[in-house]
Amino acid sequence: MPIAHPDSIEDLKEILRADTSIVLLAGGTDFMVGLNHGSTRLESDHLIVDLRSVAELSTVELDYRSKMLRLGAGVRWNDLLSGPIEDAAPCLSQSARTVGSHQIRTAGTIGGNVATASPAGDGVCALVALDASVVLTSHRGQRNVAVRDFATGPKTTVIEKDEFIERIDVPIVNGWQGYSKIGTRNAMVISVAGAAVVLSPDSQICRIALGSVGPTIIAADSASSFATTAIDWNTSSVSTDDLDQVVQLVRESASPINDHRSTASYRTHAVGVLVKRLIEQGLRSIKESV
Amino acid sequence: MSDLEIRESVVRGGIGQSPLRPDGVSKAEGSYLFSSDLSADNMLIGKTLRSPHQHARILSIDTSKALAMQGVHTVITADDVPGKPTYGLISSDQPVFAGEVVRYIGEPIAAVVADDEDICARAIAAIDVVYETLPALTDARFAADPESMEIHPDGNVIREQNVVCGDLSVVGDVIVEDRYTIGMQDQAFLGLEAALAIPDADGAGVECHVATQWLHEDLAQIAACLDLPETAIRMVLGGVGGAFGGREDISLQVHVCLLALATGRPVKMHYSRSESFLGHVHRHPAEIWMRHHATQDGRIVKIEAEFIFDGGAYASTSSAVLVNAVTHTQGPYKCDNAYVRGVAVRTNNLPCGAMRGFGVVQACFAHERQMDLLAQKCNLEPLEIRRRNAMATGDRLITGQTVESVAPVREIIAGLAAIPEPSETLHSNGHPYGLPGGAGNTTRSSDVVRGVGYGLAIKNLMYSEAFDDYSTARCRLDDGVITLKFATAEVGQGFITIAAQIARSTLGLEDVRLDPIDTGVGSAGSTSASRQTWMSGGAVEAACLKVRQLIFEHVAATTGGDAFALVIEGDTLVNTTNGQRWPMLQIVSGLVIDEEVEFRHRPTVPLDENGQGDCHTAFAFVGHRAVVDVDVELGLVRVVEIATVQDVGRALNPLSVTGQIEGGIAQGLGLALMEEIIQRDGRIMNPSFTDYLIPTIADMPPVVAQLIEIPDPQAPMGAKGVGEPPTISSTPAIISAIQNAMNRSGGADTHLTRVPIRPSDIAKAVNSNLRD
Repeated sequence: MPIAHPDSIEDLKEILRADTSIVLLAGGTDFMVGLNHGSTRLESDHLIVDLRSVAELSTVELDYRSKMLRLGAGVRWNDLLSGPIEDAAPCLSQSARTVGSHQIRTAGTIGGNVATASPAGDGVCALVALDASVVLTSHRGQRNVAVRDFATGPKTTVIEKDEFIERIDVPIVNGWQGYSKIGTRNAMVISVAGAAVVLSPDSQICRIALGSVGPTIIAADSASSFATTAIDWNTSSVSTDDLDQVVQLVRESASPINDHRSTASYRTHAVGVLVKRLIEQGLRSIKESV
Repeated sequence: MSDLEIRESVVRGGIGQSPLRPDGVSKAEGSYLFSSDLSADNMLIGKTLRSPHQHARILSIDTSKALAMQGVHTVITADDVPGKPTYGLISSDQPVFAGEVVRYIGEPIAAVVADDEDICARAIAAIDVVYETLPALTDARFAADPESMEIHPDGNVIREQNVVCGDLSVVGDVIVEDRYTIGMQDQAFLGLEAALAIPDADGAGVECHVATQWLHEDLAQIAACLDLPETAIRMVLGGVGGAFGGREDISLQVHVCLLALATGRPVKMHYSRSESFLGHVHRHPAEIWMRHHATQDGRIVKIEAEFIFDGGAYASTSSAVLVNAVTHTQGPYKCDNAYVRGVAVRTNNLPCGAMRGFGVVQACFAHERQMDLLAQKCNLEPLEIRRRNAMATGDRLITGQTVESVAPVREIIAGLAAIPEPSETLHSNGHPYGLPGGAGNTTRSSDVVRGVGYGLAIKNLMYSEAFDDYSTARCRLDDGVITLKFATAEVGQGFITIAAQIARSTLGLEDVRLDPIDTGVGSAGSTSASRQTWMSGGAVEAACLKVRQLIFEHVAATTGGDAFALVIEGDTLVNTTNGQRWPMLQIVSGLVIDEEVEFRHRPTVPLDENGQGDCHTAFAFVGHRAVVDVDVELGLVRVVEIATVQDVGRALNPLSVTGQIEGGIAQGLGLALMEEIIQRDGRIMNPSFTDYLIPTIADMPPVVAQLIEIPDPQAPMGAKGVGEPPTISSTPAIISAIQNAMNRSGGADTHLTRVPIRPSDIAKAVNSNLRD
């Protein structure tokens, strides 16, 4: 089957303009597994587009003036682990640490994680809590879609056939953020339940996202807004009753399934515990840093 | 004696030392050739069509579309098997290809051979099979019921075996009982099934290179199915990447030989990971009920038990696995009275057979959970209840057999008690992987409860029940160079390393070479049952001793002394009557001697209907202490440390023994915490390493291992097999430690009865909102 190696975003736009079946290939860490497993089929007329040849897709722009981290879709997990990106979006770094093995983190990309639209996507969970948006580009132009609206179900998204993810815009939020994930072993495991929490004393906002407890990553809005008002931002504290209520709302927003990885009941339980611990840890950390 | 000058003469790389394994560097570098790396000029690729149904009648198979495809050379089905249509290790009940009925999802129906992998895949998809689906038998508990439909001409019951001994009217002051469940574990060897078959130029025979555990058994089964004399088939060991029992049964061997003979060209078959889950047998899932009777002070007076083993669609080694389970019901503890019932049955689930521990893993999980219950009920510490009941050399088992092997159970318990426990704060050293949840960042040290638990085991070594168990080795001495020839499958356990060590120590010569491992010499038996150090080690030693005797006779003849006065000390030949010494290398210069030996262990007998008889050859013992940190609220576990004391007889290669201990514990940890093939209606839900989880470096704790070296008088060189014991009692030790942590955090009502344990099993003990 044919393989295209575009060397620029302009080139990529033109390739996608053509009316053929196209497979966009970045790190290949999901694609190759599917191919080897037989769940992904390639036909001889499929055009594989190698995104690694587009250097512009791997750029990182840290804009503290407009408080925005612009991550090219081709930025790899290992690039997210530390340094300025960790300072700007710590929960994204934490999510990157939980992904696969060193080898997978060397190949896999943040854009691929968003595009794959797995309900267990670790990076996506952090991005939803950060209120990040996807920048979709095509020959027709460019549009921004909130990460939380990008996936419409397991492995389905709003991306059009001629579009690609150029970058992800991640707001830089002052305060504290964290990501936790449960798996049945201590590393290299698909999430059974995950949660990201962003706490911003400056803007007095708490945002919660949940992974592996629904068809997509879930923005737990009711829990987030309850927490936002329940937290005493002056003292960085929350009452036990209110925190229990947040946990309750988190569990209500989850709609997990039973599968070979875990039970719906455990996932619902676990995601509540993760959010509770993250909020406790975050508030303690904020208090200590004042 | 003070006038005798003692010179230290050692042979480098002899027994008791730890020379590096010859395959080590290439495996670490990735240059080692596994059987999946095999290739030949003009080679074709073979692939298997497998049943999508658990139980169905095959109405028709139409291969015409596949045969018509460009690049497809042939397609074979049951009709193309020239010889015996079935095969099997103990009973020949498994079809080479299903012809009339399929009995599990994944059963082979046809094989295609084509120019490449891709064409094979499309040809497989083009074969049209019409099935009439039949109701499936999925629950082992119902399989033995006479009302249940029979899914095989041989019936559903593979074997029933009871063990009845002593006075069954005895009732203990203290009684504990529960039901235990063991999930289906996979061997998860890293080197996938692969073979290359090369037909003879005249088409009358075939050479098969394959990753297997027992070349000669494969050969016999292949020859019968191919209707060829055994002399027409040569088996060569391909590079084996682990086995753990999963390569005892035939998988692709017959298929690949048939395809090679049908096409007259070399054919390679190799399984993917997902096909591998279908292509080999697994550890038996088991349901076990056990009831222990004891005195107030915790001495066991009677054990009652019932075992149900799900053998899956075909028998494989189920009958022997069952015997191992029921005869190990008591564990390494004294017991005079027992009533044990066991049954292994066929179902329409995946076939099960050998896996490291072979029935004893299941029995041990149950008896060790029972020992903890008993300790609790009698208000004794877990080690104390075990010490009070510890078996000793000379004790009688519930089968009536006397334990003649050294049985250092009290020494193991004392050893475990003496190893210091790791610091309570070991987990808080700042590394995120040090806490439960590991890389997932779920758990703070304040969420953690520490637990400590123990497990002890007895394991039989070698084959049982009157099996003619032997191994063959040839030792050729030529001008100071020793060449060993054997058919012993090196599967990663390290036999090729110790074989050379044995030869060096026996003959006082350092230059030892190994011939290729193939069927050009007599059978070595299987690389299983912790038997090769004893059996093939014994054969190599015996062959070398024969060569040594001829050297002595040669020296005696040429120097005029007495051959009986000669001994080898290190690299030196010594005449003990006059103290004369010669370097061995000098003495054997120009000498050519070639000797072959068949080595047998002592005979065993079959069990009678009450499970009585000296059915086992020998025994080894082991104990484990697990220290765990548990996040009880989330049900997550970090094993902090495993301490173990193992009865090894004598460590021929201490580094290799340590490797077996650490690897075996990793596999035991896997069964305790994560490894399970999950089937829904006979379909595997997790047939990949994405979802069939095996421990990573972030799950495996440091191991503190102590060896008990009391040479076993019956064992060649005093050495017992060491491969299986580490896997057996590490599993219950970890569960016991988790239980201990849960009890400390207020979850005392729950008795853990299942492996692998799931996070929800732990969490629901303290969280009322959790359901099953």
